[in-house]
Amino acid sequence: MTTATTGRSAADRVTGTAHTRVEGRDKVTGAARYAAEIPFAELAHGWLVLSTVARGRVRALDTDTVLAMPGVLTVLTHHNAPRVDTDFVGMLGVPPDPGTALFQHDRVPHRGWPVALVVADTPEQAREAAETLVVHYDEEPHDVAFSAGREAEAYPVDGHMPAVMEKGDLDRELAASAVVVDAEYTTPEEHHNPMEPHAATARWEGGRLEVVDSNQGTHWVAGDLAKLFSLDPGTVRVRSEHVGGGFGSKGVRAHQVAAVMAATVLHRPVRVVMTRRQMFSLAGYRSPTAQRVRLGADPDGRLRALEHRSLNQTSTVHEFVEPSAATGRSMYAADAHHTVSRLVRLDVPTPTWMRAPGEAPGSFALESALDELAEKCGVDPIDLRLRNEPAVGPVSGLPFAGRNLVACFREGARRFGWAERDPRPGVRREGRWLLGTGTAAASFPAMAMPSTASVTAEADGTFTIRINAADIGTGARTALTLIAADALDVPTDRVLVRIGDSDLGPAMVAGGSAGTRSWAWAVMAAAEELRRGLAPGADIPPQGITVRSDTTEAVGALAQKERHSFGAQFAEVAVDPATGEVRVRRMLGVFAAGRIVNPLTARNQLVGGMIWGLSMALHEEAVREPASGGVYGADLAGYHVAAHADVPHVEADWVDDPDPDDPVGIKGIGEVGTVGAAAAIANAVWHATGVRHRDLPIRPDRILSAGGDA
Amino acid sequence: MREFGYHRAYDVTGAVALLDGDTDARFLGGGTNLVDLMKTGVERPATLVDVRELPLNRIESTPDGGLRIGATVTNSDLAAHPEVRRRYPVLAQAVLAGASGQLRNMATVGGNLLQRTRCGYFTDVDSPCNKRDPGSGCPALTGEHHNHAILGASGHCVATHPSDMGVALTALDARVSYETADGPGELPIADLYLPVGKTPHRETALPQGALITAVTLPPTPTAANSRYRKVRERASYAFAIGSVAAALDLRDGTVHDVRLAFGAVASRPWRAYAAERILTGAPAGADTFVAAADAELTAARPLPRNGYKVTLMRNLVVAVLSELAEEAAR
Repeated sequence: MTTATTGRSAADRVTGTAHTRVEGRDKVTGAARYAAEIPFAELAHGWLVLSTVARGRVRALDTDTVLAMPGVLTVLTHHNAPRVDTDFVGMLGVPPDPGTALFQHDRVPHRGWPVALVVADTPEQAREAAETLVVHYDEEPHDVAFSAGREAEAYPVDGHMPAVMEKGDLDRELAASAVVVDAEYTTPEEHHNPMEPHAATARWEGGRLEVVDSNQGTHWVAGDLAKLFSLDPGTVRVRSEHVGGGFGSKGVRAHQVAAVMAATVLHRPVRVVMTRRQMFSLAGYRSPTAQRVRLGADPDGRLRALEHRSLNQTSTVHEFVEPSAATGRSMYAADAHHTVSRLVRLDVPTPTWMRAPGEAPGSFALESALDELAEKCGVDPIDLRLRNEPAVGPVSGLPFAGRNLVACFREGARRFGWAERDPRPGVRREGRWLLGTGTAAASFPAMAMPSTASVTAEADGTFTIRINAADIGTGARTALTLIAADALDVPTDRVLVRIGDSDLGPAMVAGGSAGTRSWAWAVMAAAEELRRGLAPGADIPPQGITVRSDTTEAVGALAQKERHSFGAQFAEVAVDPATGEVRVRRMLGVFAAGRIVNPLTARNQLVGGMIWGLSMALHEEAVREPASGGVYGADLAGYHVAAHADVPHVEADWVDDPDPDDPVGIKGIGEVGTVGAAAAIANAVWHATGVRHRDLPIRPDRILSAGGDA
Repeated sequence: MREFGYHRAYDVTGAVALLDGDTDARFLGGGTNLVDLMKTGVERPATLVDVRELPLNRIESTPDGGLRIGATVTNSDLAAHPEVRRRYPVLAQAVLAGASGQLRNMATVGGNLLQRTRCGYFTDVDSPCNKRDPGSGCPALTGEHHNHAILGASGHCVATHPSDMGVALTALDARVSYETADGPGELPIADLYLPVGKTPHRETALPQGALITAVTLPPTPTAANSRYRKVRERASYAFAIGSVAAALDLRDGTVHDVRLAFGAVASRPWRAYAAERILTGAPAGADTFVAAADAELTAARPLPRNGYKVTLMRNLVVAVLSELAEEAAR
């Protein structure tokens, strides 16, 4: 038995000071094991066979040949796979993507649809057999051609945002506007491509289903697997210790379901790993968007009308909305405010959440349109935004829980040297390069979801935090260590944070930039209660003293407000009009994102988000091939993301953004860094060249085709 | 992935004998392309003969003042070699414009010349492709082709050759030496790659089972003033969408000698002979350079979505030649 010792001075607080990742050493030395690296005895390996047609039916599979191949244990198809139940609503409030209901019927709704799983003793045997398997299809004509022209077939659907919001008389305000911008923008299909591919190992152990996976929320995945396989929730355990990136793609996907099916049939552990190429049809993606923005303003730039219409594609089996039109609802005051996000169904895989879903493409369109309005009005782009700064939610009428966008612009403009900017486009040359600068605003909702946590005062004087968080590279584990240390008033080396295990209980997923906000809330609640109940010098029994928290009530009691993080993005670009090359020279983002827990990892998140936006602006595009229905060049040689050489001096910082009424004060920083970054770059390209680019990515062929002849 | 046999060869005769005309066997150099193609099932060799340990990793001056580069010299060593940098800067620049440091440390000169196109239809075994599967068709003609060929292609294949190094070697009139079971042979690099025509699957004029042993550069004083400019869709680690290798010798403001080759526009590194003819003997200047570029590019047959390459190549030729002319005048 030991005695509890806490107590530090306020100066010892660790939140707000830079800390390297607690698991950093394990990661850089290779000691940290990722899902596909964890050894299991008697492990078998599954390889998914994907459809090579974009629509039709599986007529027959020549499984006999494959079953005779070396090492092959079984081939699961719609003829013999275990049945699953998809009639449920999952943790995130939506029914499961039918893409996770593997091998339940013969229909093929898109190219790359799983039609079989080949399981063998080694991954090489499984792969060779899977690639040998001949599948016969009754092919039907398919349609994957997304464009603005599909508007007539489109319909609005509420996703994680309402599809339609309308305030005021749009036509009247547009007619009364001295200046109108009416422009169409497109963004292409984009893929998450986390460094670590999706991987899961499933086994039955002592009557429980255990899945070792790489995901963004083990409670979420365990819950959905339990429902899919009609299992008691307590009999499913999902672990996900280290995750090499997720970005929205690592939820319940074909690999976990396939691994569970095979482990169930074979009574031995089975691992299924997606290849990079398979990820392009199995891991979700961001839908292409076609957007139209109409802005009506008085001569001084004050907005009378804001209309934003967005179209995205989804599959024929599931509705997913990329709510790009919603991005402006909290941004700018306007007398008439109409926004609608719609979708059209095509023979494509179902898109999903991808870093700043809605806001990333939506802000490209809206923030480009504002730049066009500034140009037309002859108003500085920052002044234009300040003139349209709302006092309350422009559509909701709710008060803001902190809105420091103006402070972001003021600080950003000062540091970027915006005041010296000549607004004229196409007049700065340095050798073969035309130079320009651009800016854009950013915002992202600050959500919270109920979570549970427990904090144990151990007999040895340390504290164990159990919170089912997911650290997908964000530094969440470290942030929670700092939060707990301060709440307990002990040094960080006495705090051990355990995450990534569904047995730890329900908690928010790593998503919506709401992970750290939601988890920290639960950790603080439990830690503070423990500290209050723990008299200095009190005896700690050998089993420790544990306090549990559940923030369901507290989160529900949060006052209705417009809660967002905000930011101001700045970019300087160089464009060679002779070759079409665009180089970003520097970027600056200044954010108002609540309380910053760990400046080191926070900067990493924000800079990473800005680079994501750079990559979106200049590089990323998955070309969906009309003839085959698949993605052309589906690998990292064909799908370009920004390379190191594309990433210049990128600086991110933040302004004070306190909200005394908020119990945690953390707003989330995983996505706001991406929002507006592409628009800032596109606006800078216009400033450099005098040519507007409304279609992403802004590649050399587009610069040259737009009239870049030197 | 198909199981395969692996042999390591230690001398050239042994390597050629190990392959022994087996059409199901491949020489393995740095493996930076072949191994990728094996993973995706484009290549399914039964046997690999590893040639990395062959004594072909030297760069030596030839008696006439040229340079002989062994086939297993790595891209990194080639680009760093002082004589290459001094006498043939265009070659060092071209090599450094390709791939990444890690890949250049592995990739070899012989393998670089024989690398396959990165056309996305070629690398996807579920797509038709006349180069991979003769007679199956070419989806690029009506599909994705914004980075496909504008010169020398055919209705059977519009893929481009991905090498940067090869573009410089083509400008420099390199000669490719090889060994077969019947003895050694040599080809000018201009004859190494076959025209596309109806047989895009037949890529080189090398005899079956031949092993490239060296690349020889003739003495080329003009190359001392030379340059490689590559345009790609990101700043590094991407194949070209257009590139130019150029060497220029000016005498009293007149083009005395010029070498010009294009990359990423054809099934092979493209020597711009028509442009060279216009340039030679003409006064150096923007008008001449534009005329030269246009003379070469009149043969361009762009597809619906790669017409920008004509503009790009024209602008690149003018830019690179202007820079070289400026430097020569200094």
